[in-house]
Amino acid sequence: MSRETTIWLIVFLIGAVMLFGRAMFTEHGMARMYVEESPREFVDLGDEDKSDWVSMDEVPEDVEVSAIPADRRVSWTSQKTSNYGEFVQQPAGGNIQFSLARSIGVWLAALFTLFVLSFLIKDNPLYKVAESVFVGISAAYWMVVAFWDQIVPNLIGKLSPTFVRNWAMPGLGEDARQELIYLIPLVLGMMLLWRLSPKGGWISRWPMAFFIGTFCGLRLIRFLQADFLTQIRNSIDPLYVTEGGVFDVWASLANIILLIGVLSCLVYFFFSFEHKGIVGRIAKLGIWFLMITFGAGFGYTVMGRIALLAIRLEFLFDDWLWLIDPTDKRLGI
Amino acid sequence: MALLITLGATAAFLVVLIFAVKARTEFFKNLDRRWIFLLMLVAVAVPVYVIGKTKETFPEKALPKAQAVFDVIEELSEGDKVLLAFDFDPGSEGELGPMATTFVYHCATKKLKMYFIALWPIGRQMIDDNIAKIIEPDFPQMVYGEDYMNLGFKAGNEGVINVIVTDIKQLYTTDAYGTDIAAIPMMEGIDSIQKMDLIINVSAGYPGTKEWVQYAVTPFPHDIRMVAGCTGVQAPLLYPYMPQQLPGLLAAIKGASEYESLVINKYGGDDISGKYLEAQRRMGPQLVAHVLMVLLIIAGNVIFFTERKREARS
Amino acid sequence: MKRNVPLLLAIIAGFVMIVAFFIPYTVSWGEDVSIWFDILASIAFILGGGNLLKVHLKKVSDQAKGWGYSIITIISFLAMLIIGLGKLGVNPNPQFPGHGHWAGQYNEIGSPFYWLFESVFKPLQATIFAMLAFYVASAAFRAFRAKNMEAILLLATAFFILLGRTAAGVFLTDFIPEESGYSGLRLENITVFIMDVFNTAGHRAIMIGVALGTASVSLKILLGVDRSYLGSGEG
Repeated sequence: MSRETTIWLIVFLIGAVMLFGRAMFTEHGMARMYVEESPREFVDLGDEDKSDWVSMDEVPEDVEVSAIPADRRVSWTSQKTSNYGEFVQQPAGGNIQFSLARSIGVWLAALFTLFVLSFLIKDNPLYKVAESVFVGISAAYWMVVAFWDQIVPNLIGKLSPTFVRNWAMPGLGEDARQELIYLIPLVLGMMLLWRLSPKGGWISRWPMAFFIGTFCGLRLIRFLQADFLTQIRNSIDPLYVTEGGVFDVWASLANIILLIGVLSCLVYFFFSFEHKGIVGRIAKLGIWFLMITFGAGFGYTVMGRIALLAIRLEFLFDDWLWLIDPTDKRLGI
Repeated sequence: MALLITLGATAAFLVVLIFAVKARTEFFKNLDRRWIFLLMLVAVAVPVYVIGKTKETFPEKALPKAQAVFDVIEELSEGDKVLLAFDFDPGSEGELGPMATTFVYHCATKKLKMYFIALWPIGRQMIDDNIAKIIEPDFPQMVYGEDYMNLGFKAGNEGVINVIVTDIKQLYTTDAYGTDIAAIPMMEGIDSIQKMDLIINVSAGYPGTKEWVQYAVTPFPHDIRMVAGCTGVQAPLLYPYMPQQLPGLLAAIKGASEYESLVINKYGGDDISGKYLEAQRRMGPQLVAHVLMVLLIIAGNVIFFTERKREARS
Repeated sequence: MKRNVPLLLAIIAGFVMIVAFFIPYTVSWGEDVSIWFDILASIAFILGGGNLLKVHLKKVSDQAKGWGYSIITIISFLAMLIIGLGKLGVNPNPQFPGHGHWAGQYNEIGSPFYWLFESVFKPLQATIFAMLAFYVASAAFRAFRAKNMEAILLLATAFFILLGRTAAGVFLTDFIPEESGYSGLRLENITVFIMDVFNTAGHRAIMIGVALGTASVSLKILLGVDRSYLGSGEG
């Protein structure tokens, strides 16, 4: 075993022992999740033709609930995320309880966080496992969301509203009509999926062409309108600014610099002239403006990245290790 | 006081660093980058821990762009309609989560009608999380469908905006939970998003604020107004739209923190929950890590110039 | 047929979008095309998933390098997919209790889909993005050298932004009173000036350039000049 491996092994062992100690031998433990469970119970008070589901606590007093057959009664338990603080403070017989599944989830989340961070030390199998899981899970997540939020209501629901209403979207309006024009995106969609087949690659060119054409049509106008014409208009500001009749030095200076900056950068982007002489000098000024722009971009990028790291460490310290409690989830323990 | 200590320590560290780097250029030049990683980890972890324990945050001063966002929302009155477009995911929640939270809190406090929408697949989950985190526990009097509603996610990026600016009901036949859009009271009379009094966009990239400006605000300058909060990477790119196309912008966690302080100072009271102070807490690690970045750049340059001088001499 | 029909499709779709912008009567055409575009975009998610599965299955069947990890990807993909599409463990919708779990919410709190999101997807995605904080620090130490005027400008601006947009900015120049004529020299106000003037100027010029580029590329495609998206082969 190399020296480095030995050191890391020792570090891991110490970490594991400390975690075990904190989880098992402290009064409050760590990484414990609590949920509030509320029982929901409904009965069908309708008849053979039309059902009429009513929540149990809204059933009229004269109705004999026990007489209703079991297949016309439904019950389940819905969950809300709670926390240790609420668990401790709840009155006797409250619905907040420890959730093993969610607690395992916190441990898993923490481990995956550490697996990814371990890449900083060096590439290793744990990181690769985390990466592989992420790729699989995220592709499936997007697929599921696209299916339930768009394909079902906007494609299947348009082609066969009755089917979708009976199956997954009982809330779909009664006046929803079948719209056969949606066969067009259905066919184009099927052709798009043809890409997965090894043969007939040309078939998916049709939807791709439609996609690209629409995209170009959309972009052509909007880029010219919002990013070209409006930007020119936004740049035409008074260079002599007065505030209440008095000359405003700073505002005037800002507008002058802004105009010079835009023009000099544009000169730099203009490659039809050779950047020599006066054009070269203006282009050079343009480069300076661009450098300041990139410096600002760099500063802001750093700012963003650090915030992303901070939230991960907050998760580890707060939800997992229970070292800090900034949101008073645990009454400040 | 904490700030004084941080900056004093930084100055002292800077002097020591310059001397150390000059004396041992070779060592620092070949420094394993994992030491830099460790420094960054410590620079973020220590303030996260200290601020998490003490709950003390640095004083915040709102700059004009965040003030403008606050003012635009302040101008709205009870019952005005606001479209909250949550175009982000956990990958940018560190920056944008606090903005989203404060936007929802601000709108709920002002009793604005909130219409949530997402152009990012995971934006829908971000909406559900914020409803569960803010509206349900802290504004239980708000009724779904009357005071707030979730339109959910639709794929198509700018293609979605391009439809809903003129016709929302053709694309959104139901809300995110499968309820017929016609059966939702607060959708009455809303045929397009031009009926909204304001769009608030929380944006992590494409599609996001740029697309909302291009496809919604610019073609309908008199009917659609928008403010936004975005990531640090996007923020500088959106400045050309201000103030004509975009009156205000929360840029990265700093913008979030400024806006948060404005909202909480006005509406929060003394015993405000820590969940509404997330951005201001995060400015602690930000300060230390930014100082570290500056020091790293200086150290790198000291090495570079010392080397260059040495080479020139030899 | 293989090239002309798609070419025609692209041109018609594109011009419908353009016409819809200028002629109010045709706005609904633009909406229809946009909605089909949106539906295709959602089908593209399925294509993406299918592609991923295909690539990794091939890797496994070829026993290519790292095929073990491909198995992990396939298992996580299928697990999330089956749980999500099947709405496994989801409660019925309280508005329609008789409809069973199919009318429930696929991402309901307490459901396996939500659990996988919270415990696997969220930490992984957030941490992968957070890693960039470390690399940006390493790059700052190794790559940013004030070699010339351009680099000095870039670094100086970065310093102003990094310090000016934290409490340090306010503290360092707190001796300049807010109401004085020199308040513009306070660090936080310098950053405002940099962002509003210099940064806006630079990005506005870039924006104008990109807009012209985008418009010309779009026009080339819509006029059939650029047909590269149709591919070159007949396959």
